[in-house]
Amino acid sequence: MALTPVQHQTPAFTAAVAAGAGALFGLFVGTAQGSGILGLIVGAIVLGAMGFVLTGMISQAKPIRWAILGIFAVLGFLVGGMPAMVLGALFGWFTGWFIFWIATSSYRKRLPPYLTPGQVLWHFSFRVICGAIFVFLITPILVVMPLSFNAENFFTFTPEMLRFDPAGYSLKHYRDFLSNDGWQQALWNSLRIAPMATILSVGFGTLAAIGLSQPHVPFRRAIMAILISPMIVPLIISAAGMYFFYSRIGLQGTYMGVVLAHAALGIPFVIITVTATLVGFDHSLTRAAANMGAGPVTTFFRVQMPLILPGVISGGLFAFITSFDEVVVVLFVGSAGQKTLPWQMFIGLREQISPTILAVATILVGISICLLTTVELLRRRSERLRGMSPS
Amino acid sequence: MSDTTQSGPVLSADGTPLKRSLARALRMQKVRALMLIAPLLIFILLTFILPIADMLFRSVENRIVADTLSETVVTLEEWDAMSGDAPGEAVYESLYYDLFVAAEAKEHTKLGTRLNYEQTGISSLFRSSGRKMDDFGEDHVEAIEDASDGALKDAALWYEIMTGGSSDAGNTELLKAQRSKMAQLTGEGFGGDIGFVPGADISETFPRLARAYTDFALFVAVMDGDVVAEEDPWESVFVAFAQEVQAPGGAEKIAGYTGPGAAELQAAAAALADLEPISFKQTFVDIDEDWEDVGNWRTIQTYSPKYTSGYFLNSIDMQKGVDGAEARPENQQIYITLFKRTMFMSLVITGSCILLGYPVAWILANLPTRTANLLMILVLLPFWTSLLVRTSAWKVMLQQQGVINDVLVWLGLVADDARLVMINNQFGTIVAMTHILLPFMILPMYSVMQTINPTYLRAAKSLGATNWTAFWRVYFPQSVPGIGAGSILVFILSIGYYITPEIVGGTKGVFISNRIAYHISSSLNWGLAAALGTILLAVVLLLYWAYDKIVGIDNVKLG
Repeated sequence: MALTPVQHQTPAFTAAVAAGAGALFGLFVGTAQGSGILGLIVGAIVLGAMGFVLTGMISQAKPIRWAILGIFAVLGFLVGGMPAMVLGALFGWFTGWFIFWIATSSYRKRLPPYLTPGQVLWHFSFRVICGAIFVFLITPILVVMPLSFNAENFFTFTPEMLRFDPAGYSLKHYRDFLSNDGWQQALWNSLRIAPMATILSVGFGTLAAIGLSQPHVPFRRAIMAILISPMIVPLIISAAGMYFFYSRIGLQGTYMGVVLAHAALGIPFVIITVTATLVGFDHSLTRAAANMGAGPVTTFFRVQMPLILPGVISGGLFAFITSFDEVVVVLFVGSAGQKTLPWQMFIGLREQISPTILAVATILVGISICLLTTVELLRRRSERLRGMSPS
Repeated sequence: MSDTTQSGPVLSADGTPLKRSLARALRMQKVRALMLIAPLLIFILLTFILPIADMLFRSVENRIVADTLSETVVTLEEWDAMSGDAPGEAVYESLYYDLFVAAEAKEHTKLGTRLNYEQTGISSLFRSSGRKMDDFGEDHVEAIEDASDGALKDAALWYEIMTGGSSDAGNTELLKAQRSKMAQLTGEGFGGDIGFVPGADISETFPRLARAYTDFALFVAVMDGDVVAEEDPWESVFVAFAQEVQAPGGAEKIAGYTGPGAAELQAAAAALADLEPISFKQTFVDIDEDWEDVGNWRTIQTYSPKYTSGYFLNSIDMQKGVDGAEARPENQQIYITLFKRTMFMSLVITGSCILLGYPVAWILANLPTRTANLLMILVLLPFWTSLLVRTSAWKVMLQQQGVINDVLVWLGLVADDARLVMINNQFGTIVAMTHILLPFMILPMYSVMQTINPTYLRAAKSLGATNWTAFWRVYFPQSVPGIGAGSILVFILSIGYYITPEIVGGTKGVFISNRIAYHISSSLNWGLAAALGTILLAVVLLLYWAYDKIVGIDNVKLG
């Protein structure tokens, strides 16, 4: 859908913009090769010339873009082998797209016709800034994944990895994770603690959320403040308090102690998600059920529960991930017998032992992607059930 | 219709007035709601609120001095700390008996550690003195043991002397008093029958001896689980006897004593006759001359009350001096700096989160739903990813041989031998924590911005506002609640962060939380940890209260 009728740019304009982009890239490549100024000039000239020439060949845009991609890939390979070839190909793809994007004025198509050139420039600069922030958000997580396949015991990319040499990659850190007793014990402990804590927080939390969403609750605000507080109080303070108190009553260093502590930490999440689901709950349904002779228990399990189930499950997932990721409290409340996965990672990070941590991290990212997807699907389903979403 | 003519209150079907019937129904509803909430409330109170309260209590609790040196604390009260002289013999005497029992129960080192937080060197003083408790009255003990052919070496005889024989009524008061003293000292329950009651006569004639033997009897029976009559008494019992006999008027007392073992005791008293009376002060000073040091005694006196503000003073770089609170020496002042740094870095992190979060929230709120949902994944994925994964990722990125430095070197922006130091300092902590907390800023901002009607902006522009004016005068004020909510959330979370600063913060980039953790697990100064935690908690609760006022806790949303 085009908002604004556009016409092709003049070769001079395209050449000027392309030269600017070329200068920028040239500067980087130039400093990498030793001379920044030379790179800047060469980059500006090459891209400027391309921009000038290509403006006349817009009708053959597609094959030309492939050609540019190929040329830069080959150039890159000649200069720096495999890694440079990938970079070259990327650069070629971008250059081709960018020159034609400018030359055909496509960038103007979707914007309102009344925008000044300055506003258009700002519009795209803003998007580039946002893109950079998104890159900032996601890069650290993406960087971890390839590094976990490192064949060496380093936390960095080895030259073999950058050359895409299969010898530079291996599954040895995953094998280490699966065969090392310490890691396996930690995984097992995590799997023993988290579900138990989840059951506790979901059980208590759901009941309380239902109570809280009744129309007349005395001291509602105060109760809510107390129930949410485990999320707000800094973990180190919760950990300190629990450590002191649990060692007084002999729960410190026991499985039960850690489970109780984690259940307390997970409860706010259950309360928040379940009350959010209950906001849209139609109370006439329970009255209708009671009218037809169902007792409170039947009403709860047959009418209310199925409707708030998505909220309960996502609250449970939140509680699960809270316990599964938690390290501060378990560090103090637990003892060596309750060493969980995050605890093991924490030790590994402090003492920097091996990239096995990165393998574990990759697995955990995989788990969190699954959980995120589930929660997102549940949220949509719940909104659809309550007719709150247009889709 | 008769109903219409009826006067008086409206009645419900069962005849009660409708008003009362409704009130009852409402009450029922309230009770039912509370019943549903009650289990969780109790659970949270027990597992979470109580521990926090316990921590608050610990930040002022200081029972250990009074519990361990129960007698010394009382005698020391009369000593004038300003006089410049060490306390008198009476204080040293009670210190001996306190310390003897404490050393048997191995509690004196704990007390030493506690007092060492306030005055360096006390710990080793207590530890070394605890080992040398046998130095007191060595000759006297020997003389008593050798008297009347070693009869007083016999445990059973001592037991008989102290119980005063079968006809004695027994002094249960004394037993009770010593019982509670021992219970406080060791923290164990000292209830139950120990098979020993001090005799009424002997505890009246030789009170010090009776106290010493009762302590011994309690300890042997409860802590060791032995039979009192079969165990040889501690040296402190002999010392107490020697002290009582050699005290003014002691000779008459022993002469007038007629209870069990009178002959043996009189023989022992005779053997003691040509020995000098025991000087507790001199012996303590011989063991370690620091016992004469006024500063040490002043510390013990200052910290003898059961509750102290000392930990709080310590956590704001002050200490209890001779006359009230005073600043610590320059080189010991760390906590104010640490609090300031925590505040400053949390502010910087909150600020950078606003800067980075605002554009992202804006673009998410203004893009078509489908695209926005896709981009939302990029925000939610870090949110859902384990904290340790993200922290380890930043360690990988920021270290000197890390990804960012590698790229910079490859680009030629940085020389290979001058790689940037981006980790183990404040920069590392700020970058990593900004990344970790950014979703907490974006999500509240996004939910507020979603509700801002885009037509306002268009209306402003059509009335002649420039882009900037339209944004600044129309859009921005409406998005402020989102900024407020996000900022308070991020600030609260960052101020108490522990894991990330610990891993990427080095020494310069750590927060107050790291210090709290250090005091809990390494230096074992729990009181100070609790005081620091209490201050941090107060700040957080203040912010929590503000958050509740501004946003409302009910409006917290996740994802």
